[in-house]
Amino acid sequence: MQKGGVIMDVTTPEQAKIAEEAGAVAVMALERVPADIRAAGGVARMADPEVILRIMDAVTIPVMAKARIGHFVEAQILEALGVDYIDESEVLTPADEDFHIDKHRFTVPFVCGARNLGEALRRIGEGAAMIRTKGEPGTGNVVEAVRHIRTVNSEIRKLANTPDDELMTFAKNIAAPYELVREVKKLGRLPVVNFAAGGIATPADAALMMQLGCDGIFVGSGIFKSRDPKARAKAIVEATLHYNDPKVLADVSRGLGEAMPGLEIASIRREERMQERGW
Amino acid sequence: MKIGVLNIQGAVSEHADMLRRCGAEVALIKRPEQLADLNGLIIPGGESTTIGKLVERFGLGPAIKDMAAAGKPIFGTCAGLILLSGKVAGSEQFLLGLMDVTVARNAFGRQRESFETDLDIPVLGAHPFRAVFIRAPLILGLGEGVEVLCRHNGRVVAARQGNLLATSFHPELTDDERMHRYFLAMAKEQ
Repeated sequence: MQKGGVIMDVTTPEQAKIAEEAGAVAVMALERVPADIRAAGGVARMADPEVILRIMDAVTIPVMAKARIGHFVEAQILEALGVDYIDESEVLTPADEDFHIDKHRFTVPFVCGARNLGEALRRIGEGAAMIRTKGEPGTGNVVEAVRHIRTVNSEIRKLANTPDDELMTFAKNIAAPYELVREVKKLGRLPVVNFAAGGIATPADAALMMQLGCDGIFVGSGIFKSRDPKARAKAIVEATLHYNDPKVLADVSRGLGEAMPGLEIASIRREERMQERGW
Repeated sequence: MKIGVLNIQGAVSEHADMLRRCGAEVALIKRPEQLADLNGLIIPGGESTTIGKLVERFGLGPAIKDMAAAGKPIFGTCAGLILLSGKVAGSEQFLLGLMDVTVARNAFGRQRESFETDLDIPVLGAHPFRAVFIRAPLILGLGEGVEVLCRHNGRVVAARQGNLLATSFHPELTDDERMHRYFLAMAKEQ
């Protein structure tokens, strides 16, 4: 039950303990954070199980791990290790350019990235229990995550005002399962939680995404690529709780040292943008 | 009848929806001063370490303890049970320490070991209660004033100590309102 909390990328047991101590509701166990994956280039794969198991031993909060898009065997391995959630993630190099993992075949829940309502409902249709914005990972630039949550929410508002006899065409136009489109209209929101991810670097970024309607926050490179990870991790947790209180936000944002270096999205060629991976 | 739901993290909206269905007025609580005019409080499931740290950092602990001392009912589910307890086996995390029970965290295993089952809870009537256990805790040790409300395979998963009520499972994730109605009846008695 991670709703309303912050999930942090970690690469070592020591970092996992810093995250838990700061008040993270879960950690994402990785060999490298997205900024380093981006810098290293080449093929990015599931982390070494040894790294994941050491992190699972270090903390009592849930541990998530990433599998490549479509790589259902990596997912089988992660499930066998006992991780609490699998992120079928565009941060890793996709293993299949046409098909995502059939997540209904697993007991362990999945989280998947989405840039719009259609993509979110396709992933939920495949069995995802949690959605997150894709954003643009490893950039420390929140602009893409903002675009993605605004897009999903504006499409949901449009759907809420679409008459029932037009829903099949709505479903066709966004390439989403009809039954899920009907359900979203009834609920007025996605049937699963929708977290923010991909570029969150400051307490203000986290609060921005919460005020835009996200159910919680993933912070990838933003914490352990900053000058003072301990203080920043704690501040982001507190900002996510009091996201609607500018006085608390001002207080927790003070004296955190330098944030991670950011990247302008326009400086990344389209074919190198992680958010373009998957469909 | 105004019931607060501690709004730090976790299954907050699910509890709030269930309480509204049962006819209660709901307040979502983030600050100590909001606790003053409540008839009862629910501490929902989530991550107990996260909720505990933030309760401590934002000074909610003393206000919740005052509420309990004033005899107002408090209901902890899953992580909420952990926070109400006096001791967690093998952990030094922040606790409210209101209930005289010792708990084990993640007592059934990790996420993949989460499950649903039918429970027999006599105070709710003869009909079985569908219960959802997610990385759930168990009550290991009980003090004298603690009444067992339910066992699962011989182990305690629901208990009451005066104005304090706790369950290992998530009664807010099914449609069965009986556990919440039982808690509201406790609030009415006050």
